[in-house]
Order: sequence, then structure tokens, then C-alpha cells
Amino acid sequence: MHELAYSLRGAGWDGRRAHVHFALVPATTPLVELYGIAARIGATTILRDVDLTVGPGESVGLYGANGAGKTTLLRIVATLLRPSAGTGRVLGADLSGPDRYDIRHRIGLIGHVPGLYPELTLEENLAFAARAAGMDPGRAAGALKAVGLGNAASRRAGESSHGMQRRVEFARELLFQPDLLLLDEPHTALDPAAVELVAHVVEEVRGRGGAAVVVSHDIGRVAPLVSTTAEISGGTLR
Amino acid sequence: MSSHPPFWPQALAIARRDLERERRAGEVVWITIPFGAVALLLIPLAVGTNENLLRDIGPGMFWVVVLLFGVLTAVRRTSTETPAQRDAVALLGIDPAAEFAGKVMAGTAMLIGFELLVGAVAVALYDIDLGGWPWLLLVVPLAAAGLAELGTLSGSIATSLTAGPALIPFLVAPLAIPLLLGATQGAEGIRQGNGILSWILLMAIVVLALAVAGVLTARPLQETR
Repeated sequence: MHELAYSLRGAGWDGRRAHVHFALVPATTPLVELYGIAARIGATTILRDVDLTVGPGESVGLYGANGAGKTTLLRIVATLLRPSAGTGRVLGADLSGPDRYDIRHRIGLIGHVPGLYPELTLEENLAFAARAAGMDPGRAAGALKAVGLGNAASRRAGESSHGMQRRVEFARELLFQPDLLLLDEPHTALDPAAVELVAHVVEEVRGRGGAAVVVSHDIGRVAPLVSTTAEISGGTLR
Repeated sequence: MSSHPPFWPQALAIARRDLERERRAGEVVWITIPFGAVALLLIPLAVGTNENLLRDIGPGMFWVVVLLFGVLTAVRRTSTETPAQRDAVALLGIDPAAEFAGKVMAGTAMLIGFELLVGAVAVALYDIDLGGWPWLLLVVPLAAAGLAELGTLSGSIATSLTAGPALIPFLVAPLAIPLLLGATQGAEGIRQGNGILSWILLMAIVVLALAVAGVLTARPLQETR
């Protein structure tokens, strides 16, 4: 029986209307629970027997060499990839069940390749995401300003540096306030000011009772961001 | 964090994004339309300049060009999305069926523009009789919608398969036949002053069937990418 302490997530104001998204999740329930997760692509085993639990307010750092399975694990947690074996729940949704579609908008993922549209400006990219998610697209400008891109809002993404594009993705997470933030090599292409931004975004998510999972090949850079670290090697967590 | 927006606002957001991307990239305006016009220009050089012959084959040639270039445009827009862009859209919580609908709306708008501009070239080159033109108010949008659906669906299927875009011609060809038949026979019927309601009906059924197929397969295709 879960403790009767519930958290209210996602209450906010999108500029036009108040919206309150009730997610009655027991405060002690982990946001991520993986048991015996395996991932295979063809004959290659990427992950095997991975257990991972991440609770509210936690941030977990997973480090390992290239090809260790870090990105695959992150995509499984993001519900974008179904595990070949094992069970798990993310934000209360079964990893293999149809309810995982309903929690996707509560997950923020910043991969190592930005997913912006090169023809659109930085502001238009963010405004599209806001509009598609039912938010006021007018908030895009403020979010860009918050990550130091106020003066570059009208620059096309395709003409912006990799670091600027990553900042836009952090702006998106500030705007959407995900319950679960997943970062894949978050420091790639970022200058020192932006590295502080990463820490700020992770802290912001944790402070709201959310959680973060950060993967990197460099434990030294990840350690200051997280409360727990684990090594991923040969497809397993140690 | 926002709650899920309804289906149509999501679809409109996708359509607006695609149209804005096209406006900036200019692929249809600067590549597809000129190539379509050039293709129509080259055909008389190959078959001869007999006016009666050109008048007879003009509508058919026009629709073949629309089909080839139109589907190519729709397929390209879908199959060139990067995995990171697809992941970002999935995590916005966009209903894949709304994404399909939005892409089809944008594709239809682009293809109507393509049909009108290349159609003007076809009329000038082939001396096509425009008697019965009110029927075109049905034929043009139906053909555009069908081709946009076909291209979007094929692009999604190709993205989810290992063989990728190489399979697209084999997916498109059989499904495009009823659309091509409806459009060409409809145009021929207009030229001869016959009723073309049955051909319009055929095209409408194809458009509806592709819409249903696109909506029903949107989620499974998203999950297998």
C-alpha cells in the first residue's frame, strides 16, 4: 500500500488559461522503475538485465564508454524504444503498454543531436513545439531570453551553432517543465555559461519533485549535476 | 506543462510548420514546379508537335507529371525528417494521426499550387480545352489530397523499413493507379462533354481509404521507426 502523500504536477499558466494537470502519483513512487531490461538490435545485445530506479527529486548520472548502451537506455526510459525483455514503469505508465503514449509529453529529452528544423528560426522552432503542445507560442521568446538567446531568436536554426541549438532545447524544457528530464551528453558543444544552464535546468526539475537522468562518457562533468552515479558497461549497470 | 491539445490544433500546428518550412526552403516553387514544367515541355519534342495529338495526350501527360513530382515532394518531406526531429515530435505528445493529418493538409496545399501553376503551362503548351472547368474544382483538390496522403503514408512506411526510400516507388505505384485513372479519365470526360461523376467518386473513395489507412497506421508506424 502506497503512502497517502500525493503530489500535484504540472499546474501552470500558459498565458491564456490556467491548466491543471492532475497526476496523482504517490510522492514516494519512483518516477522510473526498470527491472531486467534488455535491448537487442538484430543479433547484437545492447543492454542486458538492467535495473534502475529513480525517485522524485533525484538525478541519476550514468556514465560509460561509447557504445556502452547509454543512449539506448535513455530512449527506453523515454518510451521511444521498447525493451526486448524486462518490465518497467515510467511516470506510472507501463513501458510496453499503450498508456506510455499518454505520459510522453511529461518527458523532456535532449539528445546529442538537436532535433530542430533548420529552415525555421530559433523562435519559430520553439513556438511550433509550444503550439503543438497546446501552449501559448508567445512564450517562446521569453524562454529563449532565459537561455541567453534573446538576440538570436530570429536566426534560422540551420545557421546557428550546435551550442545555440542545444540552448534552444534547454529553453524548450524550461518552457514545458517536464516531470522527467533525460539528458544525453548534455555538455557537448556548450560554453561555460551554458554548462551552468544545464545545472540550472536539472535543479529546476528536481526542485519541482521531478527527476533527471543524465548520461555521459565523462563522469567528471556529470557528477556535479547528479545525486547518484552508476557505470554502464557492456550493456549492464554496475 | 500543458495538457494534451485536441486533434485538430495539433494537426494545424504540423501543417503550419510544414508550410513555413516549404516557404523558406522553396523546394516546390524553385525545384518541383520548374522541373514539372520542363517535363511537359520535353514531351512534345519526343512525340512530335501534331496539335491534335498534343491536345489528346495533354491532360494525361499533365496528370502523370503531377503524380510523379507530387508524390516525390510529399515523400521527401516525410522521409527526410531526422530521428531527432521525430523523437522531439513524439515527446511533444502529438497524436501520430494528427501528425499525419497535418502533413496531408500542408501537402495538399502545396500540390494544389503545383497543379495550378504546372496546369497553366500544360494549357499553354498542349492547347487543352478548358470547357467543363467547374469539374476541376473537384478534381484538382481530390488529386492533390490523394497524392499528399499517398506520399505521406509511403514516406512513413519507408522510414520504418530498413530498405527505406528504395521501396517507395513499389509502394506508390499500385496505390496511385486509381488516382491517375480518376484524374485522367475525368479530364477526358470533361473534354468530350461527358459526365465524370463516377471518376470523381472513385477519387473520393481513394482519398477516403488513404485517409483511414493513414490514421489507423500512424501509431504503429511511429512505433516501428
